[in-house]
Amino acid sequence: MAMTKPVLLEVSDLRTRFHTPEGTVFAVNGISFHVDEGETVAVVGESGCGKSVSMISLLKLIPTPPGDVYAGTVIYRGSDLLQKSEQEMEDIRGKEIAMIFQDPMTSLNPVLTVGRQISESLRVHLGHSHELAESRTVELLELVGIPDAARRVYDYPHQFSGGMRQRVMIAMALSCAPSLLIADEPTTALDVTIQAQIVELVARLRESLHMAVIWITHDLGVVAGMADRVIVMYAGFIVEEASVEDLYDSPSHPYTMALLGALPRVDRRRDQRLKSIPGSPPNLLVEPRGCPFAPRCDFVIEKCRQENPSLIQIGNSHSTACWVDVKTGAPR
Amino acid sequence: MNMIMESTSPNQPVPLNMEGLDTPPLTLSQLAWRRFRRHRMAIFGAIVLTLLIIYALAGSLVYPESYANHTDTSLRLLAPSMEHPFGTDSVGRDILARTIYGGQISLLIGITAVIIETLAGILIGALAGYYGGWIDSLLMRITEAMLNIPEIFLLIVMAKFFGGNIPEIEFIGRTFSGSVIVIVVIIGLTSWMYLARIVRAQFLSLKENEFVLAAHATGTSNAQIIFLHILPNSIAPIVVSATLGVANAILAEAYISFLGLGVQPPTATWGNMLDGANNYLESAPWLWFFPGLLILLTVLSINFLGDGMRDALDPRSRAV
Repeated sequence: MAMTKPVLLEVSDLRTRFHTPEGTVFAVNGISFHVDEGETVAVVGESGCGKSVSMISLLKLIPTPPGDVYAGTVIYRGSDLLQKSEQEMEDIRGKEIAMIFQDPMTSLNPVLTVGRQISESLRVHLGHSHELAESRTVELLELVGIPDAARRVYDYPHQFSGGMRQRVMIAMALSCAPSLLIADEPTTALDVTIQAQIVELVARLRESLHMAVIWITHDLGVVAGMADRVIVMYAGFIVEEASVEDLYDSPSHPYTMALLGALPRVDRRRDQRLKSIPGSPPNLLVEPRGCPFAPRCDFVIEKCRQENPSLIQIGNSHSTACWVDVKTGAPR
Repeated sequence: MNMIMESTSPNQPVPLNMEGLDTPPLTLSQLAWRRFRRHRMAIFGAIVLTLLIIYALAGSLVYPESYANHTDTSLRLLAPSMEHPFGTDSVGRDILARTIYGGQISLLIGITAVIIETLAGILIGALAGYYGGWIDSLLMRITEAMLNIPEIFLLIVMAKFFGGNIPEIEFIGRTFSGSVIVIVVIIGLTSWMYLARIVRAQFLSLKENEFVLAAHATGTSNAQIIFLHILPNSIAPIVVSATLGVANAILAEAYISFLGLGVQPPTATWGNMLDGANNYLESAPWLWFFPGLLILLTVLSINFLGDGMRDALDPRSRAV
């Protein structure tokens, strides 16, 4: 945990909402976090808690309308991305900040060869000639572990398996050696053995390219192996932020504890059932009053229903947003 | 950057013995060709169409254009004979030679009008579907307004409006009546609406695909996403629509020329050869029979071809 690394990305009070016919959905409600150079930060939470939306917001990829990033700053290397023009963002996306997506089956264009899709950003961002881009593409495919790469650049996505397509996506994302890679649940659609390979691949490439990674997942098992820090999100809020060790050793938010309780472990007795979290995430159509987790929380006190707790520091780079000290059960 | 090249690849899979499996998988176009070959009517259409094109092109090697336009009233309305296999028309021109040169013009009009139609349809449909919002509303209201006016009426009005004094034009060593260009533009500009709607519908659904978001995330510009990422995905319905559009354009030229508002003589088209033939429906049926038959064959074979292409290019039909 060297704290000397310079800050790469600093997000403050980011807020995103969607105007829908049913009303306004508050998807991201003032999240603040930072990513240091070369660091891996995991963002975890249930489906629909704003993980992906916040990442897409900071790349200015939220479709407007209906979406609307209405507050906050995203300082990347000293300048605010949210103030940049579309043209300036096109230079940053893919070159400085790259993103890989959840479903490799749908995130590659079915009618273009994979070689074309990878070499495109080389030509756009680095101004490579056709030949240079093509030879670099072959190198990239070899790098991500695609056998017979020189021939496979001419293949179409449907000729690759799911795991191989995700490797292609990674090759695409890494083509311009970005400083920050945002991985949006890149292993969710893959089976477990392939998941492990992809996690290992990204970890290895992160080392060699010295890039920072934001890894969005709802699998805390994946997080343990690779992240430096973990951000837990719920209903568009950050509810806990901690180093991996702190998070697993002393989770300080009831939601984090519930997530960990729902995780299968090899050291648990086999007759113990996994605990699920009762209820479902709140309807984001109404701006929540009080703590959004209160209706599902085992530790709930009266104050939780009145007022939403903000993140408070409880240790060295460990903060939580809860009115209750979960170790003692007493209000803070 | 060198970092990428230096790092090794520990999880490189063990190379398998791939001998015997070496046939490359079929590409999308090979699959489409396989499906097309199964479509007997489409093959029939393709063959007939090819023969018609050969007829129009090779025929001009046999008869010079001056012969096709040569009038001799002493030879008017002759029935088909050895001398004039298709007979002669009301001013004594050889109908066989005129169907050859007329065919060139009719096919040329069909194809070029469709190019204009397709460009306009793609541009309007793509912008409307991709950007949505007020751009979509504006473009679609224009499209609907155009669709509400009967096409024949639009054609007649525009032909009257633009059909004034147009100089003749020289093109690849031949002289055309300037009205050819006018007709091409008019047909192109009155027929793009259906294609625009098809393209818009395609874009509306395709733009929601994750690969579009992924392309955005790699810094691809809107123009590149529209033309290099989404458009190739909707090429199948566009090709089908354009193919059928050729038939419609030839028909449109035929009926507007039949009304005397189309391509002006002496330039022959299959359509303007029918002009005046209605006076001789029974007395000289060869006047309308041969150009009519050629129009029928062309339109029919293009429609068969389009049908076959629709089946062959449909990505959902995976039958091989």
